[in-house]
Amino acid sequence: MDYISNTPREKEKMLDVIGAQEINELFAAIPEKVRLKRELNIDGSLSELELKRQARKLTDRNNSLNNMTSFLGAGAYDHYVPSIIDHLISRSEYYTAYTPYQAELSQGTLQAIYEFQSMICELTGMGVANASLLDGGSAVGEAVLMAQRITRKNRIIFSRAIHPAYREVARTYGSFQGLEFVEAELRGGTTDLDQFENLLDDQTAAVVIQYPNFYGSLEQMERIQSLLEEQKKILMIVIANPMTLGLLTPPSEWGADIVIGEGQVLGNQLNYGGPYLGYMATRDDRGFIRQMPGRIAGATTDADGNRGYVLTLQTREQHIRREKATSNICSNEALNALIATIYMSAMGKEGLKEVAEHSLQKAHYLADKIDQISGYQVVNKENFFHEFWVKTPVEPGKLIDELREKGIIPGLDLSRFDEEEGLLICTTEKRTREEMDNLVSALEVVSNG
Amino acid sequence: MVEPLIKDYSSTGRKGYSLPELDVPTTETESLLGQEFIRKEGPGLPEVSEVDVVRHYTELSSMNYGVDSGIYPLGSCTMKYNPKINEDISRLEELVNLHPYQEDNQVQGSLEIMYSLQEDLKEISGMDSFTLQPASGAHGEFAGLLIIRNYFLDRGEERTKVIVPDSAHGTNPASGTMAGLEVVEVESNEKGMVDPDKLREVVDDQVAALMLTNPNTLGIFEEEILEIAEIIHDAGGLLYYDGANMNAIMGYTRPGDMNFDVLHFNLHKTFSTPHGGGGPGSGPVGVKGFLAPYLPRPLLRKEGIRYYWDFDLPKSCGKLHAFYGNYGVMLKAYAYIKALGGKGLKETTKNAVLNANYLKARLSKEFELPYKKSSLHEFVLSGSKQKKKGASTLNIAKRLLDYGLYAPTIYFPLVVKEALMIEPTETENIFTLDNFVEKMLIISREIEKDPDLVKNAPHNTAVKLLDEARAAREPDLRW
Repeated sequence: MDYISNTPREKEKMLDVIGAQEINELFAAIPEKVRLKRELNIDGSLSELELKRQARKLTDRNNSLNNMTSFLGAGAYDHYVPSIIDHLISRSEYYTAYTPYQAELSQGTLQAIYEFQSMICELTGMGVANASLLDGGSAVGEAVLMAQRITRKNRIIFSRAIHPAYREVARTYGSFQGLEFVEAELRGGTTDLDQFENLLDDQTAAVVIQYPNFYGSLEQMERIQSLLEEQKKILMIVIANPMTLGLLTPPSEWGADIVIGEGQVLGNQLNYGGPYLGYMATRDDRGFIRQMPGRIAGATTDADGNRGYVLTLQTREQHIRREKATSNICSNEALNALIATIYMSAMGKEGLKEVAEHSLQKAHYLADKIDQISGYQVVNKENFFHEFWVKTPVEPGKLIDELREKGIIPGLDLSRFDEEEGLLICTTEKRTREEMDNLVSALEVVSNG
Repeated sequence: MVEPLIKDYSSTGRKGYSLPELDVPTTETESLLGQEFIRKEGPGLPEVSEVDVVRHYTELSSMNYGVDSGIYPLGSCTMKYNPKINEDISRLEELVNLHPYQEDNQVQGSLEIMYSLQEDLKEISGMDSFTLQPASGAHGEFAGLLIIRNYFLDRGEERTKVIVPDSAHGTNPASGTMAGLEVVEVESNEKGMVDPDKLREVVDDQVAALMLTNPNTLGIFEEEILEIAEIIHDAGGLLYYDGANMNAIMGYTRPGDMNFDVLHFNLHKTFSTPHGGGGPGSGPVGVKGFLAPYLPRPLLRKEGIRYYWDFDLPKSCGKLHAFYGNYGVMLKAYAYIKALGGKGLKETTKNAVLNANYLKARLSKEFELPYKKSSLHEFVLSGSKQKKKGASTLNIAKRLLDYGLYAPTIYFPLVVKEALMIEPTETENIFTLDNFVEKMLIISREIEKDPDLVKNAPHNTAVKLLDEARAAREPDLRW
């Protein structure tokens, strides 16, 4: 099936109008020397039915979370996705549209972006937000570059309590920008703030804090805030999980200048890591907005004085500013941002809080139980949200092997990142008491075995 | 007609969700987190019912226009039809409900799909190795330039410039800056192509790469490509292929055979994955063998019948995405390629070029065609003639909306005044093409008789001409 609808007779007619004998004449400009002298070696021409059969064969080689109880988190979270989301985003006026360049015929996309920006501001407490970035990791990269542009300084202070993949992406983004990344060590499940304090200097552009951090813990935000009050020129970048902001004090109240994060938790499927969406919010300050990457929708009026929406402040962007743009970003994650917008609308003020509350309570229930099993120790008992770090009596890899047959993924083996050891365990509102009790029993068996 | 904001439907206590009862004993939140971490006021999200949400976003969708609504002739955007089967496949639960940190042996089906996609992209492009990690075309450009920079760094060469033609997409120079390169622009000649002599003038031993779209944004194939490649390679630089216009050459020629060293694809253009109103896209990057060690981490490999992620890449340029890129988009592109096969892909290119040339032949009788050279999948007209009669290219674009059609890309490429850049794609049939021509001709006649009618367009859309200057002057970016 090639989705071409012109018939041979119509093609003839078109060639007549063009004044050519056959279609291949139209390719005369391609020099003989670079021509492909054979057919592309790609099997195909599958009918719909064959394609579906082939896909089914491949799905049999996956063991999805439909069959497993998963306690994996670490930047991708198994929250419940309400039915309305797929129904609404399946409206092809949304999903088959391009970037809203012709605003008058793209009001649906544009108003939805405006609502997305508004709700991100409500969650983070910040003044403005953009239309989305490529994912949580790239958002960290964009944020440190933005901080460098604003402060004209090159030092970025990280903490080892930030997701290792986010740190790696940020380093990659900064690789040829003269940025220097320094990392404060861990103490328990949080950043060693004594060391962190010593790293602050007048060459520092920004500090980056994850909230809650990679290990699920809340950093001592009051102390960080007061440290930065003494160093007013250093920007505070906060990577915040927007689901937890249903319950947590917004980053704005800790003095954040730029808030970024992964929006997958807002109604997006796990999808093996993407497409997700990065979000970015900042101060309502021209100096900050001018340096912000990515598209922004704004309200305006039409020729009759009615309200309408357009993409605005585009003089920051690549299609206008080319090499002087704030970023090269063009395509973003618009449909995923629409998902997030619909999710935030449907869950609303109370629903998001309830998701956060359930995730939190379940994690603490589970952590208490696991901590009581002999040989297991929860590292960050204080102040974690819905993820926690467990030291195990046997290697996490072995635990994962043992529990696979029971249909349980006990969490993330931290050795994946070569920094710490143990399991990172996450619960969401989807995990039931029974599932958690089963995990505890399974861990007990391994511990005793 | 103005649709209120979702928050305007809000009423305290109204709910649009349901969750199971909490089934564990609870502890007071304050004692779990500390008082200072509990927000004093809930976030200002709407309190609305499910039906409110459904009606609001259905109403908004009716104020939008997608490929399913009609022709979408945006040049360089390749707005082809998005087959529905691809959507179905990308929603199969066993493919979707996967955590990115599940073990490789639990996701072999998905890895096989990704691997197969890489293999097909290798064949289509003539490149040796691929990463699927970049999440958009621009992300791919950035990755490609980082690969090039790391390669030179590894060789102990400090090359700091990237050459970009003046007809290039804005992302090219912007990606150069992101990779810390100085951007050098090279002018197109009167035929709309890169002039090898002019290129020679700007090339030196500081040049890391030339970024080129071929065919270029005028739809014109750079015939001197081998000479261009030689100039760059002789100076020790590398060639980067921007795959935005890949729909013009599939099965006819391959960037690898044109001596390009690095390229990115836009799966959301060439391989029919929908644009989603601006994303998600996917921008896989392919390289010649000698650059493979510098690809982003991790790489997908196959050993026997087993697929796995290889993180052990000491020379890698790093990581651009927290996980593996836009996997959901890859599933759709995979399905598309398998539905077409090698033959179907070539037919696609054939018919994309036929459709574009048909439109060009008909429209260039009425509109100025500044570059006469033969073109492939897209072409660029100028609205200069019409502008003299009182209506600009912007006005023409807005008037097209009145006729229920989307407008071409306008004012790009920058080398054409009053540019109208048109790419119909292969999935439009002669009826929709003729209708587009007819409406363009009507508008041109309207400009002669009553330019104000066109200048004040659009008249029939959900909103009338929007005041962009005001939006920028008095930013209103949130409720």
